[in-house]
Amino acid sequence: MIVLEKRPQPSKAWSYATPLVAVLATMVFGGILFTILGKNPIEAIGTIFWEPLFGEFAFYYRPQLLVKGAPLVLIAIGLSLGFRAGIWNIGAEGQYIMGAIFGAGAGLAFYPIDAFYVFPIMVLAGAFGGWLWASIPAFLKVRFGTNEILVSLMLVYVAEQMLASVSLGLLKNPEGFGFPGSRNLQSYDAAHNAELISGSGMHWGVVTALIAVIFAYVLLNRHMLGFHIRLTGEAPRAAKFAGVNPARLILFCLGLSGALAGLAGMFEVSGPSGVVSIDFNVGYGFTAIIVAFLGRLHPVGILLAGGLMALTYIGGEIAQSQLGLPAAAIQVFQGMLLFFLLAFDLLTNYRIRAARSEVA
Amino acid sequence: MKFKSLLASAAMALGLASGAMAEDKTKVGFVYVGPVGDGGWTYEHNKGRLAVEEHFGDKVETVFVESVPEGPDAERVMTQMALEGADLIFTTSFGYMDPTINVAQKFPDVKFEHATGYKTADNVSVYSARFYEGRAVQGHIAGKMTESNIIGYIGSYPIPEVIRGINSAYIHAKKVNPDVEFKIIWAYTWFDPAKEADAASVLIEQGADVILQHTDSTAPQAAAQEAGNVITFGQASDMSEYAPMPRVSSIIDNWAPYYIARTQAVMDGSWATANTWDGIGPGMVEIGEISDAVPADIKEEALAMTAALADGSYHPFTGPLKKQDGSDWLADGETADDGTLAGMNFYVEGLEGEIPQ
Amino acid sequence: MDLGEINPVLLVASLMVAATPLLLAAIGELVVEKAGVLNLGVEGMMIVGAISGFATSVETGSPWLGFLAAAVGGAVLSLLFVLLTQVALANQVASGLALTLFGLGFSALLGQGYVGVKPPSMGEIHIPVISDIPVIGPILFQHDPILYVGIALTAAVWAVLKYTRAGLVLRAVGENHDAAHALGYKVIKIRIMAIMFGGACAGLGGAYISLIRVPQWTEGMTAGVGWIALALVVFASWKPWRALLGAYLFGGITVLQLNLQAAGVAIPVEYLAMSPYIITILVLVILSADKSSAPASLGRIFHASH
Repeated sequence: MIVLEKRPQPSKAWSYATPLVAVLATMVFGGILFTILGKNPIEAIGTIFWEPLFGEFAFYYRPQLLVKGAPLVLIAIGLSLGFRAGIWNIGAEGQYIMGAIFGAGAGLAFYPIDAFYVFPIMVLAGAFGGWLWASIPAFLKVRFGTNEILVSLMLVYVAEQMLASVSLGLLKNPEGFGFPGSRNLQSYDAAHNAELISGSGMHWGVVTALIAVIFAYVLLNRHMLGFHIRLTGEAPRAAKFAGVNPARLILFCLGLSGALAGLAGMFEVSGPSGVVSIDFNVGYGFTAIIVAFLGRLHPVGILLAGGLMALTYIGGEIAQSQLGLPAAAIQVFQGMLLFFLLAFDLLTNYRIRAARSEVA
Repeated sequence: MKFKSLLASAAMALGLASGAMAEDKTKVGFVYVGPVGDGGWTYEHNKGRLAVEEHFGDKVETVFVESVPEGPDAERVMTQMALEGADLIFTTSFGYMDPTINVAQKFPDVKFEHATGYKTADNVSVYSARFYEGRAVQGHIAGKMTESNIIGYIGSYPIPEVIRGINSAYIHAKKVNPDVEFKIIWAYTWFDPAKEADAASVLIEQGADVILQHTDSTAPQAAAQEAGNVITFGQASDMSEYAPMPRVSSIIDNWAPYYIARTQAVMDGSWATANTWDGIGPGMVEIGEISDAVPADIKEEALAMTAALADGSYHPFTGPLKKQDGSDWLADGETADDGTLAGMNFYVEGLEGEIPQ
Repeated sequence: MDLGEINPVLLVASLMVAATPLLLAAIGELVVEKAGVLNLGVEGMMIVGAISGFATSVETGSPWLGFLAAAVGGAVLSLLFVLLTQVALANQVASGLALTLFGLGFSALLGQGYVGVKPPSMGEIHIPVISDIPVIGPILFQHDPILYVGIALTAAVWAVLKYTRAGLVLRAVGENHDAAHALGYKVIKIRIMAIMFGGACAGLGGAYISLIRVPQWTEGMTAGVGWIALALVVFASWKPWRALLGAYLFGGITVLQLNLQAAGVAIPVEYLAMSPYIITILVLVILSADKSSAPASLGRIFHASH
């Protein structure tokens, strides 16, 4: 009989080792999957993990990891604060969209004025858009006790319709021959979130994501508000005695996560993407939830998890084109990776031992 | 700039290397917006890719990446294909337009072909299909066969491509049946089969006995079959599994001839920037077999119209035509120019409702 | 514009069809959450159910076997969630999301050979006389059998939760798993059964889309229904009949907005398209006065050594 015994404290050693064990297990089972699909497993896994980092064209892929990972990390940091306090914002995708619409809208309102203040205004507008969208569930929860999971999720679909609407109407490129989609902000210098150093992948969104990681770390470890957030999540009753104002906490956590998601959308639309289009959003808001949990809601963990997710996306695309693996196989592979990362976490908090029969 | 030259030189070095290694095997890349199993748009492009493989055999190598979101992901996938030595890259969604242009600038020696866009460059061609020619044939059959005089139309988003199809179908239905009325539902999604099924049922409940669809799933076909005396047309693929009723004909996307021709041009070194907008004539748009549910005389007329469209003697947008607001558009005998058609954002006279903006 | 073209009887009949996949998945998830487990993998289980059911009914020619296979497929996939959350004690939110990601990919791999294939039809139950009663006939007695299964399931779940010992135990586990454990109930075992029931229901809901409502197989064809079903459980305050109401409300607004479009009502299409979501929020705000809250142990990890 095998039983689990809770460790008095999470094992430090295992908390570092489990991600590696999980990646190894994924390689084994992913390899089996790829073999079934008729591909060379070693080649496939090598392509996914090795090629983007150290392959022949790593000089191109490494910066791309930043481009792909930054929005994930930025959104996940915001979400993790709320999740820690038991506030469930699962509508970051909608806040991301609204940030992009507000940010791009503000920028395009100035077109073609070439002035230094255009981009900062767009940043503020993007954060405002996301904050506004997240404040709806926050307000409804505080005022009416409405469940924020449902409201934030429903608002994703509303935001998607808004996105389609502005792509076809309000923000449509007047010189676009009637096709949907806005002007390309990449060719409007004052509004372009360009790479800070050419070829590095570093744009303002990446910088902001890194700042957000540091900010969240300091907030959680050094600041009273961070303490309140942790306390509310871990011991709600104690939090009440400690004088935590739940309404304020809800407004703060949802609002901040919305603003960060909005910033992510704004930096994406003004930089790597360039245009507001019907299909602008690609699911960062949902993937970020996974990233937040993979990172164990810890700022540094989220940074690493975001990088890992970005790696599997980029490596997966390479494997598709080089080896002809279907996109679905990559999705299954990512799913496996998450499964194993979550499953092996067990070893951090519990000890497995063979028990004598009388104990069982 | 430094990075671009670095990329370009890397590409050149690789181009030379792979050229030597692979013995002039031409490498063709395809970037797809959906999964190859979508049964519609991407499925048909992938059939074109397979046709290229079959046609050239050992002389080509094709690669593809599916479900690539528009924007930076598309740009990365194209760059990756170019870095790995692709000679020709087909980018098969409108939203890939700016990414295609960006990547093409970095790889002047790689040829790019962008579907349904309008931006060209020295190494970027654009291509699209004149699906509205097929819509004219559908409109004719629909106008003749409807008994309720109500024709339902399911559109995805109000973009020029879809509006063009609605206008073309309406003009030809109206021509043979002055009492005909179009009911239009915008699904506001590219892909949601369940919603398409609902939309079709709603149209049928409101009296439509012909359903035209500008969405790719067979959901409307099934709804029509259940209703009984409703006819439909296949979209993107033949959907012959629903023939002879309700599916009486179809518009099929056939990219194979174009993909083969362009690959050949790269092999010959004769590739040049082109702006291709082909219809029934060159075979990019095919009219699927007209089933026996269509009376023989109507079938004959439809085939005659198809032939006239194919040889260019008939243009679906031939005047006199007015816009919805009653203003003149085309004078008697005048045909629409491609620029107006490409960006079409108005209904023709007689259609009711407004185009969502 | 002519509102007279909207036939209310047909509207009600078709909203019931539109609501059924939602209802099936929501009822399953409701039981899971009543047991104190939050499984966000509904979308993944639905799509796996959709392809299992589709493939089986194409191969065997029997839609009934298809639905059976869909339920099994959904339940088997939910076992992965069981492994993660009940055995490895992993976080339920993340595990559910991983399940969705995995399910979407896995279903696409399974379905590669089934694109463009037409499944066998199930047909409608047509009972002479009562099916032909005006108004009531088309609404109540002219549907496919699975639609009735959905309603029957709602009634059954309601009755079991409310009146039986099994329902009491399930609720006890969801409200306070430590107390339930102390009373000698097998918390993990009960939760595993609830999760598998939820998986089976989600599978049925998915197959309803691929076999009846559309019917066709294409990758990703559930297109977000699983998420709406999750939201409906919250909407319903974990009450079965209110889940039915919610599903009909959501399906009803979806069908109604299409009807309004077809009738040419001069409301901008994008507002019509977003109306189901906004109205759901509004109704939820009104219902928030009802303070019956979530099962107290929802989403919390249970380990016997506490």
